[in-house]
Amino acid sequence: MAILIIAEHNNQSLKGETRKVVQAATAIGGDITVLVAGFNCAGVAAEAAAIAGVSKVLSADNAAYEHQLAENVAALVTELGKDYSHILAAATTTGKNFLPRVAALLDVAQISDVIAIESADTFVRPIYAGNAIATVQSTDSIKVLTVRPAAFRAAETGNNAAVETIAVVQDAGVSRFISAELTKSERPELTAARVVISGGRGMQNGENFALLNGIADKLGAAIGASRAAVDAGFVPNDMQVGQTGKIVAPELYIAVGISGAIQHLAGMKDSKVIVAINKDAEAPIFQIADYGLVADLFTVLPELEQQL
Amino acid sequence: MKILVPVKRVIDYNVKVRVKADLSGVDLANVKMALNPFCEIAIEEAVRLKEAGSATEVVVVSIGTAAVQEQLRTALALGADRALHIETDLNPDSLQVAKLLAKVVADEQPGLVILGKQAIDSDNNQTGQMLAALTGMGQGTFASKVVLADGKVQVTREIDGGLQTVELTLPAVVSTDLRLNEPRYASLPNIMKAKKKPLDVKAADSFGVNLQSNVKLLKVAAPATRQGGIKVESVAQLVDKLKHEAKVI
Ligand SMILES: Cc1cc2nc3c(=O)[nH]c(=O)nc-3n(C[C@H](O)[C@H](O)[C@H](O)COP(=O)(O)OP(=O)(O)OC[C@H]3O[C@@H](n4cnc5c(N)ncnc54)[C@H](O)[C@@H]3O)c2cc1C
Ligand SMILES: Nc1ncnc2c1ncn2[C@@H]1O[C@H](COP(=O)(O)O)[C@@H](O)[C@H]1O
Repeated sequence: MAILIIAEHNNQSLKGETRKVVQAATAIGGDITVLVAGFNCAGVAAEAAAIAGVSKVLSADNAAYEHQLAENVAALVTELGKDYSHILAAATTTGKNFLPRVAALLDVAQISDVIAIESADTFVRPIYAGNAIATVQSTDSIKVLTVRPAAFRAAETGNNAAVETIAVVQDAGVSRFISAELTKSERPELTAARVVISGGRGMQNGENFALLNGIADKLGAAIGASRAAVDAGFVPNDMQVGQTGKIVAPELYIAVGISGAIQHLAGMKDSKVIVAINKDAEAPIFQIADYGLVADLFTVLPELEQQL
Repeated sequence: MKILVPVKRVIDYNVKVRVKADLSGVDLANVKMALNPFCEIAIEEAVRLKEAGSATEVVVVSIGTAAVQEQLRTALALGADRALHIETDLNPDSLQVAKLLAKVVADEQPGLVILGKQAIDSDNNQTGQMLAALTGMGQGTFASKVVLADGKVQVTREIDGGLQTVELTLPAVVSTDLRLNEPRYASLPNIMKAKKKPLDVKAADSFGVNLQSNVKLLKVAAPATRQGGIKVESVAQLVDKLKHEAKVI
């Protein structure tokens, strides 16, 4: 068994998701190789080499991979991937973008959003927005998986795997990076935070999200949102938690002015402790909350900030 | 320019999903079915491009049993010009769907393929990327904005860190995210008109594609249920519980 993991990074640093994918891969068993495809990304390769359990790091450092364009990265991974029994990436918007392309080029299925690995060919994944959990077995010669980071802990660091340079340059020439508007925040990332506080339509507007800031500061929390809050333009899209947004599983999730639609629950119901603040006692969010507070959020939030 | 829109019939997103007692799958008997919400957005985008004069024809295609014709008629009522039903009783995986769609692309030569980013039943999020790979096309996934100009398409994508814009040479594949547009409702006159629009049926096995998936479904279980907890009376009590009972702050 030989496993290829494609690292998630921004050319400067390795994203925490990759360590979780490595942890998932150890359940498969076999040599683990991590591919870092990027541009001027030597630091990332060094970080990947430090993850426990990694045998080797491949570094494909070229302008063609700078923006992780799916067409180019997939062509590279397909070429390298033929020698492996498993190819894994995190189920992030990057992994979801290029990995199905790899699977198709290798003529194998992709198994998306794996949350548990039962054996080298049997995997567990949620379907129907997490309302059903499927166990599937693949007889494909190469198993291509995206791994849901929230379902695995991060592999330890403390390793010094060899870094090998890959000279292959794949530039499909059909796509071009134009621009990126990345949200800047001093807060921890949603998917990595120990505490998440999310606001919904009940917040009424973007300015009111400031009511969550003081609480987030005190708890070291990331701030999330429901789709309704994002659609209404209160906050940017990358704050959306749910079936089609980010999947989080923090120690503590605080839902404020969120009704608890199944699509939202799909993104947070594996949190350890859930708190709901909603003025409607019948809101479905209370059915899954450990602690519910039926109250007006505009009175409660300032009090909460003060009492923490 | 022709736009091809693949659409999937799925369980209505409001329906509470139930797992079958024998763990063989979810219970779809007498359950309300609908167009996948992301596919509705794909149809809307294609129709808007046609209304804006950027496209000349919108063709919708669905792979499945005869039942999918209901969703194809809905798509026609929403403004698509013609429909293709690729009939099969098998439940093809995204890879098989993408292979069939690649054949349709070869026949129809669309300038743009717009499909949903994800089917809300399988939650796969694969078909568009696979189709793009099989046809050598560029892809703009999770689109929240699509702009056509000079034989190219600029797609703004919703990514984990924010937004990214890429430019693709046509023909290209675009997969829709929720904020791309707000789909219209089908009006009664348009529903009537849709009945007369062409809907071709072809057998899936006439395409020369192996429809067998190598992934076997072993079982489908209900997720662990979460017990609802308690209601607290005040912020003070909440903070106390979080500190001393749950010990998370
Ligand atoms: C295909 C698809 C995918 C989707 N994906 C997602 C997803 O990823 N994430 C997601 O979140 N949604 C998703 N949705 C949308 C989802 O169905 C719901 O529409 C959405 O989650 C509702 O957001 P909300 O709870 O903020 O708004 P609402 O349902 O409107 O709830 C607002 C809540 O705020 C409460 N409230 C109002 N004022 C106050 C106040 N002053 N004090 C206290 N409480 C107050 C109300 O009682 C109410 O319960 C998806 C939908 C579809 C169709
Ligand atoms: N059986 C099908 N027939 C037509 N289009 C499909 C089918 N299955 C998936 N698609 C398209 O592919 C998109 C993504 O589906 P998936 O990759 O399965 O999550 C859907 O939104 C549809 O546009």
